[in-house]
Amino acid sequence: MSEPANQLIVFDNVSKFYGEILGVNRVNIQIAPGITSLVGPNGAGKSTLMNLMTGLLRPTRGSITLLGIPTDQPERLFRKVGYCTQFDSFPRGVTGREFVSSYLFVHGFNQKRASELTQVALERVNLVDAADRKVAAYSKGMRQRIRLAQSIAHQPSVLILDEPLNGLDPMVRAETIALFRKLAADGLHLIISSHILHEVDMMSDRVILLNNGYIVAEGNIHGVRDEMEEHPMQILIRCDQPAKLAAYVFGQNHVVEARLHDDRGGLFVKTRDADRFYLLLNRAVSEGELNVESVAPVDDDMSAVYQYLIGSSGGSA
Amino acid sequence: MSSAVDVIDATEKSSWSWGLWLRQIRAIVGLELQKNFLSRRSILIYLIAVLPLLPLLILAVVRPPGNEFDFNNLGKIYAVFYHGLILRTVIFFGCAWIFMNLFRGELVDRSLHYYFLSAVKREVLVAGKYLSGLITSIVLFTATTVVAMWLLYFPHFSSQSARYFTEGRGLGQLLAYAGITMLACVGYGAFFLVVGLFVRNPIIPALLLYGWEWLNFLLPPLLKKISVIHYLNSLMPIPLNLVVTEGPLAVVAEPTPAYISIPSMLFVTILVLILAAYRTRHMEISYGND
Repeated sequence: MSEPANQLIVFDNVSKFYGEILGVNRVNIQIAPGITSLVGPNGAGKSTLMNLMTGLLRPTRGSITLLGIPTDQPERLFRKVGYCTQFDSFPRGVTGREFVSSYLFVHGFNQKRASELTQVALERVNLVDAADRKVAAYSKGMRQRIRLAQSIAHQPSVLILDEPLNGLDPMVRAETIALFRKLAADGLHLIISSHILHEVDMMSDRVILLNNGYIVAEGNIHGVRDEMEEHPMQILIRCDQPAKLAAYVFGQNHVVEARLHDDRGGLFVKTRDADRFYLLLNRAVSEGELNVESVAPVDDDMSAVYQYLIGSSGGSA
Repeated sequence: MSSAVDVIDATEKSSWSWGLWLRQIRAIVGLELQKNFLSRRSILIYLIAVLPLLPLLILAVVRPPGNEFDFNNLGKIYAVFYHGLILRTVIFFGCAWIFMNLFRGELVDRSLHYYFLSAVKREVLVAGKYLSGLITSIVLFTATTVVAMWLLYFPHFSSQSARYFTEGRGLGQLLAYAGITMLACVGYGAFFLVVGLFVRNPIIPALLLYGWEWLNFLLPPLLKKISVIHYLNSLMPIPLNLVVTEGPLAVVAEPTPAYISIPSMLFVTILVLILAAYRTRHMEISYGND
């Protein structure tokens, strides 16, 4: 990673124990700007990692810095960081607008600036119309959005979001993902935990897979998939002569399985070396042996990686 | 986002300035006062504050029989009433409720993390919350102190009382009681703030302190000084030992002069608040365990 430490989120040998119970163990990661997703089953340590990142929890061992700022200095940290937690609770009796603006006052913004920033944040989450209603009367999706507004209102450089798409309807989900993409394009760090794997696939630049408090894998999703040599990559080739292609590739030692598609219009190939297979396929096509309609990896997505590494379907919605 | 970055940089530069801290304290006090005065939780505080006024209201309507209820005795009656009910019960439990809830209440409501996720020093947060508790308790219990005295004096002895408060010692006594009330809020408030930070169930330490304060008259002089009530008693305009006897087991100790008791209480309060700030600085939020 080439970025200087003051542009990274750095976990240096971090462990967190709750008494004798493991939260996370020996975490060493550096997170660059862009969208990073934390993925793992319930109890994997996603929220613990996020709470450690924001100083809500203290590491039992190791140290954490965000953009060079230690997490035990909230007065500096939260000028740069916003955190939308999973806690679905609010101070009593506040309206959406009061909720967002009151913590901007606590940040130290004056009345005029706090009002401006509140309005911008409410517009970003499409909650202007309901802003002057009591939060207690909000739906779950609206509560989720007002918490998102509160976490982005001071316009942080690092935004940490614990299951931010929970409770949102499909339309708002799409808008929210677009907002995340825009924020990431503006150069922000976005750390997002999610268990909805196809959404992780859609929006993440990189993933961190957690299980039982350990980091199982991290990096670009396709890079992670490539490194999983014990699980050969599965590719579907749609072509005019799948049986001929099967005979052509089967002699290769990196191809472990070739199986005709049920409609006999394609071939599933499992290979330990996808690059070599693609070269082989190119050669077959260029030699005029067959006409290829499409080539697509079947298990090169978050869901497959999750299933291989963690061993369940991951509850994808 | 350039404008926001400018603002953030500007606030970063002034992150150590008193101006910023004062702005943040003002914001925290504003938020907390709303909760203290207007939330459902505040109903109990209003009830506690009104509690000592109820018997005085009855007394204002129905004059008790006999010669005991004489204008010359009102000062003594109020001293006993103030000491026994207002100071030891109303202010004590009122402060317990207000100050313990400053942090503990937000842990129960699961809303403390919003403060912890703001760019505010935890020490500033403690100062803001303490100040809000202080304003709440002083406003409510000073009002109780003043209204209770008015209800005792004025309904049956209005002209004598008017003279007593304008020309006699009445106003001085009223101010002394109000001052004791404020000082009690300062001392008990700091104690209960810290208890709320350290102990999951603050009722037990509150009852222990309540017992310790009640047994204060039995304690040897040195131990008497490890209490709030000893210093407050020393400031009473009418010394209690002139009004009531504390029984044969009581240990008499010299009252501490005001010029020692007031600074001592303030000094101990500052120490306790430093402890609260230290605790808050190292506090984790894990609502599941609270």
